[in-house]
Amino acid sequence: MNRRTKEIIIQYLFFVIASVSVIVLGLIVFSLFREGIPIFGHVSIIDFVLGMEWYPTYDPPSFGIFPLIVGSLVVTLMATVIAVPLGVSVAVYISEIAPQKTKIVLKSIIELLAGLPSVVLGFFGMVIVAPWLQETFDLPTGLNIANASVILAIMAIPTISSIAEDALYAVPQEFKEASYALGATKYETITQVTLPAALSGISTAVMLGMARVIGETMVVLMVAGGAAAIPESIFDSVRPMPASIAAEMGETPYGSLHYHALFAIGMILFFMTLAFNLIADYVSHKFRQTGSATL
Amino acid sequence: MIFHGEKMKTQSMSRRYLKQSVFFALVRASALMITLALGGIIAYIVFNGYSVIRWDFITKPPTDSMTKGGIMPAIVGTVYLTVGAIFIALPLGIASAVYLTEYARQGRIVRMIKVGVNCLAGVPSVVFGLFGLGFFVIFLKFGSSILAGSLTLGFLILPTIIGASEEALKSVPQTFREASLSLGVSKWQTIYRIVLPNALPGILTGSILGIGRAAGETAPIMFTAAAFFTAKLPSSIFDEVMALPYHIYVLATAGTNIEATRPIQYGTVLVLVAVVLGIDLIAIIIRGYMRRNKRW
Repeated sequence: MNRRTKEIIIQYLFFVIASVSVIVLGLIVFSLFREGIPIFGHVSIIDFVLGMEWYPTYDPPSFGIFPLIVGSLVVTLMATVIAVPLGVSVAVYISEIAPQKTKIVLKSIIELLAGLPSVVLGFFGMVIVAPWLQETFDLPTGLNIANASVILAIMAIPTISSIAEDALYAVPQEFKEASYALGATKYETITQVTLPAALSGISTAVMLGMARVIGETMVVLMVAGGAAAIPESIFDSVRPMPASIAAEMGETPYGSLHYHALFAIGMILFFMTLAFNLIADYVSHKFRQTGSATL
Repeated sequence: MIFHGEKMKTQSMSRRYLKQSVFFALVRASALMITLALGGIIAYIVFNGYSVIRWDFITKPPTDSMTKGGIMPAIVGTVYLTVGAIFIALPLGIASAVYLTEYARQGRIVRMIKVGVNCLAGVPSVVFGLFGLGFFVIFLKFGSSILAGSLTLGFLILPTIIGASEEALKSVPQTFREASLSLGVSKWQTIYRIVLPNALPGILTGSILGIGRAAGETAPIMFTAAAFFTAKLPSSIFDEVMALPYHIYVLATAGTNIEATRPIQYGTVLVLVAVVLGIDLIAIIIRGYMRRNKRW
């Protein structure tokens, strides 16, 4: 075998390995569809998605996951509301204000926070946040939307602040200098020049943070309370989609309708997070900041 | 860039600096808050967990329906699953990154692979669990086993490894490659002998963060590998295992006596946090050291 052929073979070998990620993504879709589609022979997609009753173990069972979808969306939105201002502030502090040493320490702290296993945060929510909420607000249970949102926000902050920080860092120095030259203060420069210039990156950060939160399982499984009903207040329990899958899969016989229904929930969850990720990917490429020329 | 010049003229200098001070204070407060959140969580866990940590806790299996005894099988299980995940993700991840940075020309296929990697990174952990159950456990008939769990975790951390490796490979100066190629060395040999050795420390430290993630994940192993309780240690890769994260979940939510096992729960949480954050911290420290002592 001559050298040229060998090089070409090696290149194709690497290409095949690099395709593994795409292949796995395909296999995920294949597995979800293979196990999830059969439920739609029993209930229509519309009834499944918009049905108000999730009683998978009753006879006859009813598979309406609308309360689960609402549960997921509510905790995701609330966690985002908490995490975005905090995450972006931390990013601003790290990239614009903090001295070099603080910067390095804070970045490590964010990485460690991101590294905390979700089951540990869920446990923390159960033993600390739940009793506190219950006593302070005199509630029947501390396992509710408020609790889940706070814990999920802690998980989303590292994602949001590290990506937002990259975006702020990428804003060209000339922009800030031009602003200072016009007599703007540092605060005015940050809020009126740097932040708007980094907006697409910050949007990407928010989207990815939300994608992380909506798919997070252990926290909502342990602290959201688990009631499959439309919530009326932030102190109500909910049963977000991942919690339902994780809680019920263990007790479901293989091949039952309930089993297929849980895979179908996984399908919906998968496509929701995929949408978040594709939007984030689109935003970051479409509005990519390549230098002063793009503004 | 729109600049609100007129608005600014109407404000006195002291007012503008006051606004700045308030803003800076808020931003500092948020940085302090996340520091306290991390510190508070760790301090709380250490404070409540350290009293149960002794040699027997680490080296003995649970007894009396998991209300007493240690957590040794869960530690062993987590080690097996994590090592398995590394065996799968590290070679695949490094090779993928080599293709993306060294071979691939920008174009539709590369764009597709990159989008694929990003999407894979965004797949929820519970969906990985379903995938592992549907594909490895049922379709490939591995059963609930170390093999199925390791494969699931391996693909879960694959995007992290690819990202870390890409970054490390890109940081090797282009001149290194050019120097090698100009001596008539083939592309593969350049990669194998010049690029990879220089990138390896970066690849490894970046990958350690992925390893920490694999050790701490619960949802992907719930249906693919984790057992509620096993009396014996696994004897093959087709056995189920106990795992630290799953053990915490089980004791905290479904144990025979949740309140009575609180100390064990705290102890297990402490062990898991020490393992995962210990791994992460080592990676962060080595990386900082490497950045300071960069030779090029």
